[in-house]
Amino acid sequence: MPAVSKGDGMRGLAVFISDIRNCKSKEAEIKRINKELANIRSKFKGDKALDGYSKKKYVCKLLFIFLLGHDIDFGHMEAVNLLSSNKYTEKQIGYLFISVLVNSNSELIRLINNAIKNDLSSRNPTFMCLALHCIANVGSREMAEAFASEIPRILVAGDTMDSVKQSAALCLLRLYKTSPDLVLMGEWTSRVVHLLNDQHMGVVTAAISLITCLSQKNPDEFKTCVSLAVSRLSRIVSSASTDLQDYTYYFVPAPWLSCKLLRLLQCYPPPEDGAVKGRLVECLETILNKAQEPPKSKKVQHSNAKNAILFEAISLIIHYDSEPNLLVRACNQLGQFLQHRETNLRYLALESMCTLASSEFSHEAVKTHIETVINALKTERDVSVRQRAADLLYAMCDRSNAKQIVAEMLSYLETADYSIREEMVLKVAILAEKYAVDYSWYVDTILNLIRIAGDYVSEEVWYRVIQIVINRDDVQGYAAKTVFEALQAPACHENMVKVGGYILGEFGNLIAGDPRSSPLVQFNLLHSKFHLCSVPTRALLLSAYIKFINLFPETKATIQEVLRCDSQIRNSDVELQQRAVEYLKLSSIASTDVLATVLEEMPPFPERESSILAKLKKKKGPGAVSVTELEDGKREGGELNGGSDRGPDAAAMAASNASTPSPSADLLGIRSTAPVNTAPPSTGSLLVDVFSEAGPAAPSAAVNDDGFLRDLEQPTETSDPLLVEGSGDSDSAPPSEDPAPPLSEADELLEKFVCKNNGVLFENQLLQIGIKSEYRQNLGRMYLFYGNKTSVQFASFSTTVSCPGELQSELNVQSKPVEPLVEGGAQIQQVLNIECLTDFSDAPLLNIKFRYGGALQNLTLKLPVTINKFFQPTEMASQDFFQRWKQLSQPQQEAQKIFKANHGMDTEVIKAKLLGLGMALLDNVDPNPENYVCAGVIQTKGQQVGCLLRLEPNAQAQMYRLTLRCSKDSVSRRLCELLAQQF
Amino acid sequence: MIKFVLMVNQQGQTRLSRYYEPVELSRRAALEAAVVRCCLSRNKEQCSFVEYKDFRLVYRQYAALYVVMGVTHSENELSIYELIQNFVEVLDKYFSRVSELDIMFNLDSVHIILDEMIQNGHVVETNKSRVLAPLTAINKMVDG
Repeated sequence: MPAVSKGDGMRGLAVFISDIRNCKSKEAEIKRINKELANIRSKFKGDKALDGYSKKKYVCKLLFIFLLGHDIDFGHMEAVNLLSSNKYTEKQIGYLFISVLVNSNSELIRLINNAIKNDLSSRNPTFMCLALHCIANVGSREMAEAFASEIPRILVAGDTMDSVKQSAALCLLRLYKTSPDLVLMGEWTSRVVHLLNDQHMGVVTAAISLITCLSQKNPDEFKTCVSLAVSRLSRIVSSASTDLQDYTYYFVPAPWLSCKLLRLLQCYPPPEDGAVKGRLVECLETILNKAQEPPKSKKVQHSNAKNAILFEAISLIIHYDSEPNLLVRACNQLGQFLQHRETNLRYLALESMCTLASSEFSHEAVKTHIETVINALKTERDVSVRQRAADLLYAMCDRSNAKQIVAEMLSYLETADYSIREEMVLKVAILAEKYAVDYSWYVDTILNLIRIAGDYVSEEVWYRVIQIVINRDDVQGYAAKTVFEALQAPACHENMVKVGGYILGEFGNLIAGDPRSSPLVQFNLLHSKFHLCSVPTRALLLSAYIKFINLFPETKATIQEVLRCDSQIRNSDVELQQRAVEYLKLSSIASTDVLATVLEEMPPFPERESSILAKLKKKKGPGAVSVTELEDGKREGGELNGGSDRGPDAAAMAASNASTPSPSADLLGIRSTAPVNTAPPSTGSLLVDVFSEAGPAAPSAAVNDDGFLRDLEQPTETSDPLLVEGSGDSDSAPPSEDPAPPLSEADELLEKFVCKNNGVLFENQLLQIGIKSEYRQNLGRMYLFYGNKTSVQFASFSTTVSCPGELQSELNVQSKPVEPLVEGGAQIQQVLNIECLTDFSDAPLLNIKFRYGGALQNLTLKLPVTINKFFQPTEMASQDFFQRWKQLSQPQQEAQKIFKANHGMDTEVIKAKLLGLGMALLDNVDPNPENYVCAGVIQTKGQQVGCLLRLEPNAQAQMYRLTLRCSKDSVSRRLCELLAQQF
Repeated sequence: MIKFVLMVNQQGQTRLSRYYEPVELSRRAALEAAVVRCCLSRNKEQCSFVEYKDFRLVYRQYAALYVVMGVTHSENELSIYELIQNFVEVLDKYFSRVSELDIMFNLDSVHIILDEMIQNGHVVETNKSRVLAPLTAINKMVDG
């Protein structure tokens, strides 16, 4: 090597740099720099023509000043002048200045282009390289216009020097990226691809960047590169480390090129040609084998270079996801790295294994490393490695290990780094939901999450737990009990108060029987947190209080007292004040019925993708959450929210949110689906209230209008008949054709709804009918959702509800006419109001007529209105039960059936059905704990019918004995018939 | 691809910067400062790859000097890590035991070397003698 003197002989430059280094302060440095800039400026402006050497010196100084972070607004012209110098060093510094300092929209481009043109045609390879380099660095449109057609020629010409080819390849890549329309590869495609065969490794290295980019954009045109890349790779991989002398790095042949070849192959699916594929698999195996061989050098550079190739090979194996053998080997190899002493390797292994976990072939193999990964989460000293470990745990989680992983993540959260807490919280929440089999575990997990990392629990997380609790009636009691306990902690997080307020407001009644959590105790507990909370939480609590008034009339006076005090009713916050005033008024003027309607329990939420998942995706950027994961999320989310039969119904509800009188806004989708509304959130429904704290994030106008107060002030058609007894037959104009007889399966459809109120009533290829109903006392309201499944409009759409025969005097059903047109894919809604006059056995009929493509469709269904819908549960002690049982001892009062089990005899399922029936399920009444007993009162307009039920399963015989005793014999018989089909 | 190459000393002074994507001058200073802070805050036991905004930093420390490359996620981290080593080895060969001062006083030569190895954010040449060929030629001309 030549001796290199400081400053390459440029004394002035060396002096200047030394001066700068000696500056004691930033001010001194700036002063020195300004002095130098003035000096250079005067030199450039001076009359004396500068020689090349001086220009070079000054330009170097400017570069240095620029590096120090000072803007350079002159000298460009001088740099351009240097381009035309014949001295390489001067030309080089000119080009350097331009590529560092000139941006692509400079006015100088034309001058620069001229110089480039000269150099390109000079046939001097070093000059050509500089010129190509400059185009590659500046890459402006004007340059593309001037040179785009020229460069491919230079690239593939036989007589072009290797170094020029390298520069030309990268230059073309830049132009292709900035002006793809100007770079027409057409005729050059094949010759460019064949650069992969170039005997010079440097040319291949440069060309492969270009080919990779072109392949990503036009995979078909470039697919011949696959076989060429495989054979090139094969030659490198199988060569001895001495074969590629110049390109061997610490005994590893061409590591960078190998990585790039493997990366190029990842643009394509596995090769179709068997021979090519065989060769490639051989390469991949060789790479995996080499990892097990003793190292050829102890230097870390050797193992790093080797492992760079190994990781890239594993990426390709994962990309193909078709060779189970290779996938498992890759997993084992990464498993070894998990315990390697090099942090870099552990980091990369965790990251790579994360993608491996999503392959069905290697998921199980990845899972075997769970202990190591958990250990990494606990002991790694580097937060970024711990983060990878958390990612991997998340990726390898499934039903079998969810509880363990969630527990580990929760315990890690207690000490986790602040930077990753929020993400960890989201992950725990998603896993807990996705793999919850047992919903009390889910509730526990989320409440723990709030307890441990309340500050990092975003709105999405606590919205979600509420949504799930509302949709799963089997967990509501547990949730109420658990939040009640959690709220007893002296210092609990505000998010806990929010969840607690919401859940107790909805389901506090489920634990109110216990004197330790009586209504007043619950209220006092909530209210003890009130003053410590922020405005949005207080607003939520106020809504919980008004719900309490409905749930527990005995709390009314206390709560009204609270609402009435100045700190509420004259609160300086307008939202709180408004709520206090309105709730106070509502509670004092509305009748119990109105209150019950307005403040009824929240309906189930429509199912949709978990917003938590959406948030995680947003956080990690698209692609961070794999597609399979999303699908999983949807599928499993569906299960969680009440099973697949609820799906379409939920969708129906989502579509009809805007017009449903009950406040059924969508908890989670609100901000993404709601139309933007700039009006401040006003007196919305409870649900909207919960969301108004999401700030100005646009609650939906539709939902706002939907608020219950509006219902109250202007009783609209839908809530009207519930309060005022309806009169007459309000059916729409009778259609000319007679209604069809009920479908043969109408009875079966009816049975499905004996123990549940919501679901899909009917579905064929054209039409889907979803149903959602609610009953209170002897009144009921049913929402029917007619969905047009086709893309064609239904014309003359009409529905008729009729009560055949005796039913006419037993049941009063009113409906509003529906819109006569149902657009393709659209859904319309109809509300029925039902009043039970006396007990009944038959079901009302629903006839639907419409024209689909000219053909009249006419079908009749039975509406699932059964006598048990009007049940009010009655809790009673064992003694009372048997006393009443004895009182109902007349033979006709009892109905009994012994029947074979139609379904499995699962205790939980039976309990759920009995609860769905509407009676109270009484524990500790029957001396035999295997038996179920229930009690309830059927509310009709005329009378109340007391009913007692006893269900005795015989698991051995797979039989049941069902006994009903009611104060009215017809009711006993009817209930017995209905129920015998359910178990 | 490689977004930028930085050489920064422990005092946070930039000794070399090369951007392969346009970054405004004002943002460069902020970026460089943030990158240095990030690297300085890490110890030797921590890994050499750091997630930074939407890309990744790969860095290596040589005495008081850090060489940092910002790369997209499509790059192979270990190969970049060794590319840094290769670059420094070339500098070492050219300057016969390179020091921070060599880099300061011979910024143009360092740029020539870097440009021979990385163009446009992509590796073009890794063979040391070929990387040094243009400089060797220049020195021959000067000598001759």
